[in-house]
Amino acid sequence: MKRLTLNAAAVVVLVTTIFPVYWMFLTAFKPTGDIQSATPAFWPAHPTLEHFVTAVNAPGFWTYWRNSLVVTVAAVLIALVTALLAAFAVARMRWRGRGAFVIAVFAAQMAPWEALLVPVFIIARDTELLDSLAMLTGVYFMITLPFTIVTLRGFLAAIPPELEEAAQVDGCGRLAAFRRVVFPLLAPGLMATSLFGFITAWNEFAFVNVLIIKDQDKRTLPVWLSSFRDVFGTDWGATMAAASLFALPALLLFLFLQRRVGTGMTAGAVKG
Amino acid sequence: MRTRSGSIWPYLLIAPTVAGGAFLLLYPLLKATVISFQHFRMGELIRGGAAFAGLDNYAELLSGTEFWQVLWRTAGWTAINVVLIVVLSTGVALMLVRLGRGLRLALMSALALAWAMPIIAATTVFQWLFQSELGVVNWLLVTLGFDSFRGYTWFANGTATFAVLVILVVWQSVPFAALTLYAGLTTIPAELYESARIDGGNGWQVFWKITVPMLRQLFALVASLEVIWVAKCFPQIWVLSQGGPDGATTTLPVYAFKIARVLHRYDLGSAVAMLTVVILAVALVSNLRRMVRQ
Repeated sequence: MKRLTLNAAAVVVLVTTIFPVYWMFLTAFKPTGDIQSATPAFWPAHPTLEHFVTAVNAPGFWTYWRNSLVVTVAAVLIALVTALLAAFAVARMRWRGRGAFVIAVFAAQMAPWEALLVPVFIIARDTELLDSLAMLTGVYFMITLPFTIVTLRGFLAAIPPELEEAAQVDGCGRLAAFRRVVFPLLAPGLMATSLFGFITAWNEFAFVNVLIIKDQDKRTLPVWLSSFRDVFGTDWGATMAAASLFALPALLLFLFLQRRVGTGMTAGAVKG
Repeated sequence: MRTRSGSIWPYLLIAPTVAGGAFLLLYPLLKATVISFQHFRMGELIRGGAAFAGLDNYAELLSGTEFWQVLWRTAGWTAINVVLIVVLSTGVALMLVRLGRGLRLALMSALALAWAMPIIAATTVFQWLFQSELGVVNWLLVTLGFDSFRGYTWFANGTATFAVLVILVVWQSVPFAALTLYAGLTTIPAELYESARIDGGNGWQVFWKITVPMLRQLFALVASLEVIWVAKCFPQIWVLSQGGPDGATTTLPVYAFKIARVLHRYDLGSAVAMLTVVILAVALVSNLRRMVRQ
């Protein structure tokens, strides 16, 4: 009896959690007639792709999709490279000022970014970087960088330096030792941090609203989707299709990376 | 650590980070502080040459009624959301521990999926769920017998809009909090629970005497993160209601954005943002201290 109550409660939580996501995809696949019926259908009886066709053919869709992708991927990659260098210095070297640097990185993780909307806007205007994807990339890079450094440092510290030393004894240079031994072991860490960076940049809404002003072709998907009423009016099928296309990369990436992150890849490397 | 001190390598390796932080974080932060003490509006934006204004902006904010209204609304907004998030996610975490393997994996996947849902996509979906004529929420309420919700326009009423935003933010936040607390729960040794049961403790007592003390720091961390997240929450509110109707959902970040972007009062907007940071920092530090010490 207790078991049954528990399972029933779990099913309620499960349905509540999943329902908005399900409803988004379901509406996107429903023909307009079904969407507008007085009694909603909870199953795709007559699936159609018409709303996806409308969404994809909406003016600028592909431009915004490309902008989002370019900004996100660039910000994540630059942050990964920059963070890897810094994390290596922190985890593997001893130098004056290291403690202060680590504290600064931790503090930067809590940076009040929404307080920086006005100054970043003014700086962008003064340097003629308004309406530019480069400025946007720079901001997203900086938002994700502190977290990336902290996480990669943790992963690096967990890899015993003896592994690298062994490779160096075996005739590898320091760079080659890093590339062949440490880098593969660091893969879960790189995935974890790039997932976080991707979600942050893909979602970002406030800065793109402030930095992209006149040139509508530089907008990203969140801004475009937030103005769906101007684009689709009351066409909820197309709106949900657009939302699905925006959400899909994040959902897929999440489900794909979730399993790989945190698996102990070094588990057998030292003990054996 | 094999590198001799005095080597230039570590400094070369951190140079890109330092440069990025200086130009994209430190400099804007200083500039925000300076602007909040300046007379900086549309004219100054175009012509430059902003004059020092001392504490004028802060005085203007603190002496007006609107700022205090927004401040109390933000406090209420944060309290309601965070309490709901912590209570619900604790419930879900406790549930996850007790579930069978299949249902637990299903629920965890569902939570992960909701967690990964982009903010603006979720916000758009909620506008559709709560749509007046065709929205599934109104249909459900009418079917359940609440006939007054037939064609009810949620976004015309301040309290109703506020409620929808709370549901949205709670729905978005529970997955992270629940999965984090669940991870914490799995670290508590089963022997502790067994001995408590043998001593005759019921479920409620076991929760308050064992689970809560064991996870005090994790609870403090989750609550603090949620306070930050909810108090600073901006895109959901801006997209759903732009702080309306009649300012009923204008919290501090929305207020700062409105003042700066719509009224072109960059000085006042910066002052609001600065005050938000200070208030949050004070609230969090005292809260964390209290919870960890107990």
